[in-house]
Amino acid sequence: MEKSSSQYYQQWRLIKNAIARYGVIAGGMGVIVAVVMIFFYLLYVVFPLFLPATTSAVHAYDLPEKAAGKTLLLEMEEQNEVAARFTDNGQVIFFDTATGKTILNSTVAIPQGSRITSFSQGSPINEGAVIYGLSDGRVVIVKHQYKVTYPNNVRLITPSLEYPLGNQPLVLDESGASLELISAQVGNDATTIVAKTATSIHLTSFEKEQSLFADEATLNRIDATLSLPADGVANLLVDKEGRNLYVVGNSGRLAFYDISDKSNPALKQAQNVVEKGQKITSIAFLNGDLSLMIGDSSGLVSQWTMVRDNLNRPAMQKIRAFKVSDKPIIAIKGEQRRKGFLIIDTGGNIGIYHSTAEKELIKEHVTDTLSFVALAPRANALLMQSGDDKVHFWQVANEHPEVSFKSLWQEVWYESYPKPDYIWQSSASNNDFEPKYSLIPLVFGTLKAAFYAMLVAMPLALMAAIYTAYFMAPSMRQVVKPAIEIMGALPTVILGFLAGLWLAPFIEEHLAGLFSFILLVPIVIMLFAYAWQFLPKTILEKIPEGWDSAVLIPVIILGGWFALTVSVPFEAWLFHGNLRDWFKTELGIDYDQRNALVVGIAMGFAVIPTIFSIAEDAIFSVPKHLTVGSLALGATPWQTMSKIVILTASPGIFSAVMIGFGRAVGETMIVLMATGNTPVMDLSLFQGMRTLAANIAVEMPESEVDSTHYRILFLAALVLFAFTFVFNTLAEVIRQRLREKYSSL
Amino acid sequence: MIKLNMIKTWFKSGTPWVWLNAAGVSLCLIMVIAVLGLVVVRGVGHFWPSKVMQLSYQEDSGGLKTIFGEQVDRSVTPALMAKASGHKMAEGEDTLVQYLIKTGNRDVTGTDFRWVVERNIQKRDYPIDMMVVERREWGNFYGQLVAVKENGKIIASGNAAWPAALERLAIALAIFDEIVHLEKKEIGAVNYGLERLRLKQKSLQLKNRWDAEAEKEVASEKASYEAQYSQYQKQLGLLYQKARRDSLVAKIDDGSEQEIALSKIVKIYQPNTMTLFDRIGYFCSKVTEFLTDDPRESNTEGGIFPAIFGTIMMVIMMSIIVTPFGVIAAVYLREYAKQGFITRLIRIAVNNLAGVPSIVYGVFGLGFFVYILGGNIDQLFFPEASPAPVYGTPGLLWASITLALLTLPVVIVSTEEGLSRIPKSIREGSLALGATKFETLWLTVLPMASPAMMTGLILAVARAAGEVAPLMLVGVVKLAPTLPLDGNAPFLHLDRKFMHLGFHIYDVGFQSPNVEAARPLVYATSLLLVVVILGLNLSAIIIRNRLREKYRALEG
Repeated sequence: MEKSSSQYYQQWRLIKNAIARYGVIAGGMGVIVAVVMIFFYLLYVVFPLFLPATTSAVHAYDLPEKAAGKTLLLEMEEQNEVAARFTDNGQVIFFDTATGKTILNSTVAIPQGSRITSFSQGSPINEGAVIYGLSDGRVVIVKHQYKVTYPNNVRLITPSLEYPLGNQPLVLDESGASLELISAQVGNDATTIVAKTATSIHLTSFEKEQSLFADEATLNRIDATLSLPADGVANLLVDKEGRNLYVVGNSGRLAFYDISDKSNPALKQAQNVVEKGQKITSIAFLNGDLSLMIGDSSGLVSQWTMVRDNLNRPAMQKIRAFKVSDKPIIAIKGEQRRKGFLIIDTGGNIGIYHSTAEKELIKEHVTDTLSFVALAPRANALLMQSGDDKVHFWQVANEHPEVSFKSLWQEVWYESYPKPDYIWQSSASNNDFEPKYSLIPLVFGTLKAAFYAMLVAMPLALMAAIYTAYFMAPSMRQVVKPAIEIMGALPTVILGFLAGLWLAPFIEEHLAGLFSFILLVPIVIMLFAYAWQFLPKTILEKIPEGWDSAVLIPVIILGGWFALTVSVPFEAWLFHGNLRDWFKTELGIDYDQRNALVVGIAMGFAVIPTIFSIAEDAIFSVPKHLTVGSLALGATPWQTMSKIVILTASPGIFSAVMIGFGRAVGETMIVLMATGNTPVMDLSLFQGMRTLAANIAVEMPESEVDSTHYRILFLAALVLFAFTFVFNTLAEVIRQRLREKYSSL
Repeated sequence: MIKLNMIKTWFKSGTPWVWLNAAGVSLCLIMVIAVLGLVVVRGVGHFWPSKVMQLSYQEDSGGLKTIFGEQVDRSVTPALMAKASGHKMAEGEDTLVQYLIKTGNRDVTGTDFRWVVERNIQKRDYPIDMMVVERREWGNFYGQLVAVKENGKIIASGNAAWPAALERLAIALAIFDEIVHLEKKEIGAVNYGLERLRLKQKSLQLKNRWDAEAEKEVASEKASYEAQYSQYQKQLGLLYQKARRDSLVAKIDDGSEQEIALSKIVKIYQPNTMTLFDRIGYFCSKVTEFLTDDPRESNTEGGIFPAIFGTIMMVIMMSIIVTPFGVIAAVYLREYAKQGFITRLIRIAVNNLAGVPSIVYGVFGLGFFVYILGGNIDQLFFPEASPAPVYGTPGLLWASITLALLTLPVVIVSTEEGLSRIPKSIREGSLALGATKFETLWLTVLPMASPAMMTGLILAVARAAGEVAPLMLVGVVKLAPTLPLDGNAPFLHLDRKFMHLGFHIYDVGFQSPNVEAARPLVYATSLLLVVVILGLNLSAIIIRNRLREKYRALEG
């Protein structure tokens, strides 16, 4: 019995040994797994940004209620379950997008004896208003609406029609002339209607005036008339603010009027917007109504936006164009939440594009002819009517159209900007906003901050490392090395706080003092060092060798105080008393309180210990026989240092600098607190910046999960990761090589 | 000529460059000392009572004004610069001397601070009856005590007012403590219980086990909680009534009299009559308050206890996670792996983990731990809480894991160094006696290396305590309503968000509405953090040095 239990015990020992072995190996590998996992997880989140958009044909069926008239417009609601077909005899057929079965067939209240002569969607499109112009000069405005309920936990969508301005038609043309073209902006408080008759263009606006006592609102009406342009009118468009009116002429001329003052529309500009001989075949607003997408008969779609010219006048400016095909464009539909748009041409092709990214996302041939198309509010489905009276329902997977190489890394001409630029401006309060995802200003800011930090840290840290490793007395080195390394343990949040709230105001006040410090203190040190050798021997002997640094501390403090004092009269004498003002008035350099100088000093402080520690190790471990040999041959200590030691240790010093640079690139809190965090691209020492890391810290908490913005922030993190990975790996490989070299020496 | 030659040879010998390099060290040391000195002086200054002065001040507009307040800052501007920024300067004046005075009384004047010009100060004295009132709202109050009131009737005035005020304030503070206890502890527990009942009900409904019996049970529990609640409410009502009874009346610098309810007061003192002992006493009580109290006035006043507590909790959690992993990885590198390609790869990985910007860990932690791991945990274990996330939102657990990943290299490097210093003879001796590798490791090597692990852990803790950027994404908030550890089962709430010293500094220093008033508190918090982190680092250095000595002795 005893023996067998001992055997078991022996076995158990071996098993334990084996378990421990595998456990430890797994743990060791775990470190590699962790690094790889961070990388791949970041990549996994970023990856969908670069997936191409896809479409898939889901359903196709006959046009519902063909007898109800020709289609004027197709529309879909938010959930893509119900679609609406507006017909030319005033019917609205709501049907199921999956089967084409009619859900509701409503008729718009068109008065007896009048015909529909014109039709358009009201602006903004997502409000769902449409407007009918009638043969007797009257208009009817209708909204299609969808109520979502959940009886028995199943979603039910009930469509209906509503008349926002009452179901009585409004009289636009008193003489009863037929309205040939119509456009409207339908808002909650104000509605602007523009209509063309045979002789003129009517501009009529209604403002709801809520009276204090009655519940009923009265409509306040303003009328104005515009004369017809010489080449006639092909189309009319009012933006969603009711501020600009665009009149498209038959010959490709676009005129825009300022209609902020509804009683006095003013023609601001008229110009040809298509090539000679081409015609404007379709025109639509991009989401936000700040740009117009103009499609012409040559298959070109160009984007025009309002910019201020050099006289500060508003002018339409073409900012980019998309060549879709050689066939004329039939229709352009803007996405309701993004700056994308959809086009169809006479060849039966559809195309989905994104304006900011200048990207073609989808191009498909559907059938030989397409006549109408509807884009879902979430831009994730399409409904198309083909020439053979079929309806096609397609799904679209197009999550991140905003991202292209160009939109991230190149100059982009944004809406309402006078010229292409690099801009980071990721979010605003509303949907209409054009997100500006240029990473260039952030990368620029990162490199700028790191550059200034290295400018401060590199000389100081390397000088300190050289002295500490080679010249300093061992007893002093034992104190100094941990003291400087403890600098690195100081939380960066404290350095950032001191930089932002103490150093920044201090430098602002003593800018001249700082510059005189940089100029004077080295001179003071040199003078002191020169004078040092003339000190009586008795004093010199009392101070052991290698304690120069300690001797210099009071010298530097006195020199610094001297430099600060001297700077005041100098500033008064040379710079009219204030260096900052002098910079501004004489050189045109603006001074920002939290600027690159402050960041450079604060982050330099944070990076010094990193560089110092590694460089010091590299220099200190240079084999002694090299230096002793050099000294024995008669070289001075400095010659030995500069000719032998630094050269031998140079790979180590290089890797120290790289690791320091990597740290400066990724530092977050100091930059966050010591700069204004404005993503400007300005090399100036006196301007702030926004770095990749600070940008993540600022924007990540507010970013919606899996949105484009979220993924781009991950991309920024991935860029940081990759950057530091390359630098650290390189530095580590160099150090390993160096270690081998030393051991062989 | 000789002199020039001498300078030339001096330069040639390289001595000036050596001096310049020495200056590099000196400058680094000066910077470290200056930063530490700045934090210490400003931080300690926050707790020291300063005298309150009464100024007769000639306003630029002409009138003579009395100003009460503490001097906070002094600035000297050269005449030319002052002129350029729009100050009127007298002939022959070289500099403009200005003082920043903390005048308090924000509820009356709208600001806490004002600058005064020295030359316009007609008279400056320190009346002994100057009183400072620390309030729960509106910051400090400076004035001269006139009377103490009970239910609106004056009960003490003149010389009797001060002792009466002190005595009544002690009562008011006791009542306030009771109110806080009731509101936070008791009513907090009731609310917690009610919330748990709601979740229980929902969970039963989800599992289709919601029957009459369960309904009855939940209803009866709910009723008992509600009964408790109404009883607490009644007690609270009484306490509030009591608290509102007393008030004091004081004259402020514009001559008007202000009444302050004692329930709104934290502390009153007359700094101008304080002796050195009084000051030390005040200093100590301020430090205690700072360390043990909750913050007031959107974190700009009061204590930072929740931040200290949150930091400690997070650091402990992180230590529990990081130590085993770090030690195992180091053991693998030193004891098991053959030195070669794999170990080189691991070393590169370790260095990369150390070099990856901390914000990247935050991003990774938010995406992977919070949204993926946490989201899945919620779906599996807490379906009843949906749509409110439990673990699928930043919190203590995820912050700890993220920081554990971030500090892993620190532990690995330090442990490995310790292992490498253990002489080979010890391992060989153990193996020769027949121990397995694991037994050698477990019984000899690791115990010997434990101080090295300790060093690594201390350094990791120091790093984690000062790290802010990743925490901003994975769990830190500016004001956490509850601590992550409390009296409600299961006591430790890993899903809760927490406060953190480093983030507190960032938040109060940069995001608070009244940065100027909050600044002393930020300095004090910085001081605490610096002391903790430097203390940890120094102790790590000391342990490491001792260890080295010990092994040197072993080797010898």
